[in-house]
Amino acid sequence: MTDTSLTPWKVETRTKASAISAIVAALLVLFAFAAPLFASRSVLQDLFFILTMLVLAQNWNLLAGYAGLVSVGQQAFVGFGAYAMFALVILAGLDPLAAIVLAGIASALLAVPTAFFLFRLQGAYFAIGSWVIAEVVRLALAQWKTLGGGTGTSLPREATRDMPALKFIGDLFGVKSSGAGDILTYWLTLLLAIATIFLVYRLLRSKQGLGLAAVRDNQEAARSVGVDARRMKTLVYLAAAFGTGLCGALIYVQKARISPDAAFSVVDWTAYVIFIVVIGGIGTIEGPIVGVIVFYLLQTLLADYGSWYLLILGLVGIATMLFAPRGLWGLFADRTGIQLFPVRRRLTGGPLSSTRKGGPHG
Amino acid sequence: MTSALDTIIQGILLGGLYALFAAGLSLVFGIMRLVNLAHGDLIVLAAFLILVLVTALGLNPFVAALVAMPLMFAAGWALQYFLLNRTLGADILPPLLVTFGLSIVIQNGLLEGFTADSRRISAGGLESASLALGPVNVGVMPLLTLVSAIAVIIGLNQLFYRTSLGRAFRATSDDPVTAGLMGIRPKRIFATATGIAMVVVTIAALYLGTRANFDPTIGPARLIYAFEAVIIGGLGSLWGTLAGGIVIGIAQTFGAAINPEWQILAGHLAFLLVLLVRPRGLFPRAVD
Repeated sequence: MTDTSLTPWKVETRTKASAISAIVAALLVLFAFAAPLFASRSVLQDLFFILTMLVLAQNWNLLAGYAGLVSVGQQAFVGFGAYAMFALVILAGLDPLAAIVLAGIASALLAVPTAFFLFRLQGAYFAIGSWVIAEVVRLALAQWKTLGGGTGTSLPREATRDMPALKFIGDLFGVKSSGAGDILTYWLTLLLAIATIFLVYRLLRSKQGLGLAAVRDNQEAARSVGVDARRMKTLVYLAAAFGTGLCGALIYVQKARISPDAAFSVVDWTAYVIFIVVIGGIGTIEGPIVGVIVFYLLQTLLADYGSWYLLILGLVGIATMLFAPRGLWGLFADRTGIQLFPVRRRLTGGPLSSTRKGGPHG
Repeated sequence: MTSALDTIIQGILLGGLYALFAAGLSLVFGIMRLVNLAHGDLIVLAAFLILVLVTALGLNPFVAALVAMPLMFAAGWALQYFLLNRTLGADILPPLLVTFGLSIVIQNGLLEGFTADSRRISAGGLESASLALGPVNVGVMPLLTLVSAIAVIIGLNQLFYRTSLGRAFRATSDDPVTAGLMGIRPKRIFATATGIAMVVVTIAALYLGTRANFDPTIGPARLIYAFEAVIIGGLGSLWGTLAGGIVIGIAQTFGAAINPEWQILAGHLAFLLVLLVRPRGLFPRAVD
């Protein structure tokens, strides 16, 4: 660079691509919020599905990709959030919207005792332990007879139809309450997805995020410079439980029918999510976004082939892990150096304006 | 009193089955710290292989299992050599994710090939036979399962501590790089270990298939029991794995005696309880 030693050293995360992407993202968000104006109900339902998977994937990515907590039991929080929402609506007669928020808090509360158990376990033990805990929660809730026991139950129609928010949306768009319900759940998930991405991004750019990356890359070294690894991991675990529980409650407000086997399905809420993150690129914010798009395309293409779909998804996941462990986004970012959500710190300014690619992230 | 004794004995016998599920996992985990999330599905795969041999060739299931063993050994060897060895390293994520993907692939492959129907391997009336042992009756098959589990564990321990292959296993487990300097090829050792684990898996599959119905989707539940047994027993101890299996078995039969719906839950709770008191299991040998 020409103006040597005039500019002081600065640590930056912003890049040119990120500035453009911020503008594009803002436009996309506006467009997405306006979607109910022109999109059909089935398109909205598909978008709802994509967004919920994205939220689950971002949460799992935060756990596994940044905090190094490989959980195979996140379905515990999807199911628990969903059941908490059902209990609050059916037994306490709460408005579903309030119940969703409380269900997220309930999931975070569930994460306190499970963290107590799981944080005694390392690595693979942690993965299996999280799965066992999800099974325990499923089996325990299947005993809850007022919520239908093992066969499950439905949300009462009055509860979902008479929400004040639905009436407002129904009047606004001139649709019936079922259509308004789709619009409402779509908006809420869109909001949740944006909030999740924003919060993860903020966390990773913060001092705590730097600590987290340090812990992931080398726990001993991070601790030696004063990063409290356990505290960071617990915090991330609780946050992921909150987000996953919120998302679970939202999914089941839309489904309006719950059973323990569906709500605690390891395939639906964990296997898919893991494949999304791995295929897209673990340890990046962009990865789950790319992954969920690939996942949706594969699902649409292979919809008629039954179990072949999962088989192919599994093979693609294995191949990605072996040959491109940083996923599709990793391949792309390595070639181009583009980061849409830059969390890597770069030293700029000073006598040698360094924009070296390929350094460690964080 | 008899009923409590009966429950304990049934629990011990059930524990034998879980120990068989777990022995292969314990072996692989002990030697290469590899967590095989597809272990349960490999048991189910072996059960289908035995079923095919029984129905296609009209073999006795025990003979069919003998035929299946070398096939499964070869499959395990190849799986480890060509796929899983690539995932080993300091990072635990690749082996977990690859075996998780493998689990999904095996499950759905079996679903495609054999449908979701419940199957069973007929052992020619042996399933319903029972022996009177003092005040309690014991099924012949459960007893055979426990005896097989003990035999497998004795066999594996002999292999481990009395043969040169076992020495290579232990050396590679302790330090693969130094073992490599001594002329051991860790990749081949790992492949052989997984091959042997698959032989044990075939024995487990024989009892899985003859004692109860199975379908392509039951693998993950078996994996969980097996893992609980390994963790309760403590890493690297095969006898500990047997003890772990028995702890799960007894907890399950007691849970079922109180309320049939509590059987599985009771097993999981026993596991969490052990973990709470002894996070490294009952008889930890290796430090990890």
